[in-house]
Order: sequence, then structure tokens, then C-alpha cells
Amino acid sequence: MSGQEFLDRLKKQFGEGLTDANFEAIDPWIETSPDALVKVCTYLRDESDLRFNYLNCITAVDYFQPDEKKAAKTGWDPHLELVYHMWSIPHKTSLVLKVMLPRWKGDQLGEIPEVPTVSGVWSTADWHEREVYDLSGVRFTGHPNLRRILCPEDWEGYPLRKDYEMPLEYHGIRCK
Amino acid sequence: MASNVDDRPALKDDQRIIEFDVRTDEMLVNMGPQHPSTHGVLRLVLRTDGEVVSEVTPHIGYLHRSAEKIGENLSHRQWIPYTDRMDYLAAMNMNLGWAMTVEKLMKLQVSEKARHLRVLICELNRIASHLVGMGAYGLDLGSFSPFLYAFREREKILDLFEEACGARLTYSYLTVGGATHDLPQGWLKKCEDFLDQFFPIIAEYHTLLTTNAIFVRRAANIGVMSADMAIDFGTSGPVLRGSGVDHDLRRDGEEFYTQMYDGYAFEVIVEKDGHYPKDHEYPAVPKSAVLGDCWHRFYVRMLEVIQSIDLVRQAIDFYSACDEPLEEPVKLTTKIPKGETYLETEAPRGQMGFYLVSDGSSTPWRARARSSCFCNLSVAADLCRGCLLADIPAVVGSLDIVMGEIDR
Repeated sequence: MSGQEFLDRLKKQFGEGLTDANFEAIDPWIETSPDALVKVCTYLRDESDLRFNYLNCITAVDYFQPDEKKAAKTGWDPHLELVYHMWSIPHKTSLVLKVMLPRWKGDQLGEIPEVPTVSGVWSTADWHEREVYDLSGVRFTGHPNLRRILCPEDWEGYPLRKDYEMPLEYHGIRCK
Repeated sequence: MASNVDDRPALKDDQRIIEFDVRTDEMLVNMGPQHPSTHGVLRLVLRTDGEVVSEVTPHIGYLHRSAEKIGENLSHRQWIPYTDRMDYLAAMNMNLGWAMTVEKLMKLQVSEKARHLRVLICELNRIASHLVGMGAYGLDLGSFSPFLYAFREREKILDLFEEACGARLTYSYLTVGGATHDLPQGWLKKCEDFLDQFFPIIAEYHTLLTTNAIFVRRAANIGVMSADMAIDFGTSGPVLRGSGVDHDLRRDGEEFYTQMYDGYAFEVIVEKDGHYPKDHEYPAVPKSAVLGDCWHRFYVRMLEVIQSIDLVRQAIDFYSACDEPLEEPVKLTTKIPKGETYLETEAPRGQMGFYLVSDGSSTPWRARARSSCFCNLSVAADLCRGCLLADIPAVVGSLDIVMGEIDR
């Protein structure tokens, strides 16, 4: 199935849910809206000719340039990108799925954005979503156990955000 | 809360429990992070009812060094030493994973010589890594001597690596654009001598562990994981193949990675129709073993060691046929083209993935490491539910985790 056919099929299935796609990239990707995410993932996993039954990785990338001079040249508005890498064991193909999120929910500083969990689709997502929540600050709604996983539970802030500042001390331990 | 034994018919029927008329209370047992059989700093909180474990909660992060954040502040080649410290038992394979990810984005093809050198080094490291896995698994099950036997042989591999790159554990040898330098003179001969001497010793390991009656009783039919569960939890490497899933990135992966193994003859170590490849030469699967249990995961590793010896021999032949000198690796400050890419390679413990986003400078905008052990460990909670307390080290040990890679 060519990229275009695949795209047409997904567009027919999900309409507005599918927001963008690029099959020219090194790793071809599709982009969905947060609302359609779980439906698209379930579809990709269950269709007999797709069978993306193996979730490799969930990553969040923070597109934010703290330096104002450089920020003017970047060519993108600050946002957060969730990247899902999946693999089909029967068909030996990979696919990348992206979801764009605002850096802060409703532009309220400190209010982390929300996206539905896919831990019901692949169990791999359980720990990966906890890691993304812990380090990049994305709340996965419906997640069974959304706690910090690598940092201590009372850690503040999200270290992989580009504007993260290391705390001066943690329980009497000097950090800086 | 003391409960009446008559309320618990399930426990009464459980044949593993001899004293089913003894009253037991639920108890929370903390195991780790300094427990010898948790392979580093893993902490498990076990909810036990007598000898039966009803719930396991793994707590990780004790070795978190924020490698990904550091990666955003260093150039691509400067991050190589940090990948060493992820899976420190297979540092060569970690180096390779990151180097190839950067090369994939640069659209850089290494020379034939570098390709065969990489296969040679990585498969040798796979042997060393599986030897630790095997020895440590013996330790987990209370048998001390296999550990010493395994380390005796591993030491010789480390000596070879020391001669090749100067380090014994954190090599930083394979790098973007090939390797830092070529192998020293006479190294191949030493490597061949080692393989000749090592191959017969594997029969010893099979006597010590694989066919050992106590070992079989401790590992067979314990922690059984179905193929569907293994895929659902994203496990990889011997853990996935031990459940009978025919998937090995060296054969099935992305073309950019599989072309490294072009020309090499090897079979994926997985049980098909009740048989492993060439298993008539090795100890038979015991009757009590079930596909997907701890014994099978162990056996897959043992067979992979033998296969890696064969791959190293092939690589030595290919490598010595290349006359040209090894090319220089790319410079530290070489810019990575704008874009993003993800690549997974087959490390000894499973699929090690790296995700790289570049903004066009030599420093990655985002460097992400997808750890195989991280996914392999996430299955432990489901695998240990209903186990006996004494089987917890057997199950966790069979996953062969390295905390440095999980916590990054």
C-alpha cells in the first residue's frame, strides 16, 4: 500500500481527526488530533493489513527556544510534540504518529496539557506515559497510575522542558 | 486483618502451599534497592500473603542521571560516552545504536571495513553480556560457581576490548562514521584463539546450569509469559524470543540496520514447531519447561552465545578481506542536518532505540533513548502476580535487566 492510499484510507475513516501527514520524511509520519488519538491507535493495531501491534516508544519534544533572538529564526510557534513510534511484527513496517499539544493548557503557566492515554491499546504505553509525564509534563487522562517514574515523587517541574530550571536544593542537597 | 482459611478456597487448592491451614496476614515486603538479586538499584514492593505474592510494584529511578537532558547540551559524538553508561554490560552495542541513528539522519554510509568491524565488536560484546546474564542468573538461583566460570571467560573478552580501545567497560569505541581507530596488529589472531578456546567451554555451562536438575526445577514453568503478552508490553530481545515470537531486528529491522548484516548467515534463535535451530547439538528442552518461562529465556541467551561465536568468525573473515585503512570518524563539530529520525538496533538485552531531533546544529535538539530493559521490566508486575516469594528473584533475574539502562 502506498503512502497516499494509506492516507486516503485513514482520512476516510477519521476525517478531521487526521490533521497532517508526511510520507516524504525519513520516517514517514501521520498527525492526529488529541481527541482522535485512541481511535486511530486502536484502528492501526487491529486492522488485519496494518497490525501495528508493537509500540516502541513514546517521546515528547519541547519546541521552545528560551533565547528570544534565536526564537525569531526558528520558524515554529512554541509547542509540545508527542511522538509515538510503532512497529508491525507481522508486516515488518514502522509508523510514526504525532500529536501536537500546547506547552501549557489554556496558556496558563504551570497547567500541563492533557491527552488521552493509549495504555489500553498497548501496555507498553503505561510506563512510557509515566516517563513523559515525569520528564516533559503531559497529563495522560485515563491513565491507571500516573505517577512520576524516574524522578522522586515530590520533584517539582519537568526537566526535559527547555525552560526548566534546576532547583537550588532538594531536601538539603545542593543541586547547583 | 486475620482471615478465615475457609474463606480462601483458591489458596487451599494451591498445591504449592503445604501448610494451608496456617493463618497468614497480608504483609508488605520491601525488596531492594540494595538487594543482591535485584541487579542493581531496583526496588520492589511485594504484597505477600504467606508465601504467595499477590502484587509487585517496581520502583525505579535510583540511577537516573538525566542522560537525555545532557544529550541536548553536547554534540552528537560527545554523547557517546553517556550511551556507554546506559547498558554498561554491552556498551559497544549502545555506542552503535546512537552512532547509527546519527548516521541515518546524516545519510552516511560507513565503509565495508567499518561495517564488519562493527559486527565483530558488537557480537563479541553480546557474548560478554550474555555471560554476565547467565552467571548472574545462576547467582539469583543460589548457585555461585557458574558466575565465576562466566566471569573467567568474560575477562578474556574484556582484555580483547582493552587492547582494542583502552577501556574495559565503557568503551566509546564505535562512533559516528565508524570507529575511533582500527584494531591493533595481531588482535584478530588473539580473538580467534579465544573463540577456539571458548567454544568447548559452553558444554560446561550447560552441565552447570542448563541441564542441572535444581536449576531446571527453579526456572522451568516459572513466570510464564505468552507471546501476546510479550508483544503487548513491548518486550524485546531474548525475553520476546523466549516467548516464541520470531522477531530479531538483525533480520527484521529497518533496512539501515539490517544491511549491516548483509552477507552474514544466521538464524533467529526462537522455538519453531517445538525446536530451536540446531538444538540437536545442545541439551534438550526439559519436559517440565513451558514456552515463555524463565528456562526458555535463559536457553535463548545460551544459544545466542553460540550463534554470536559463529557471527564473530564470519566477521573476522570479512574484515580481514578488507585491505583499505579504516576511515576517520566524523568530526565532533560536524553539523547534523535538520530533521528527525528514530532507529532501533538489536542489543543483547533487546531493542535499543534512539530518537534524534536536530535543528541543524551539531547539538541534538532532542536525544531520546528507548531502553529495552525499561519495557522488559514493566512486565514484571504482571509476571510476578501469584508467584511464590522465592520465585521473584528467578522471574526478575530471567528478564536480565541493567538498571543503568532503565534509569538512564
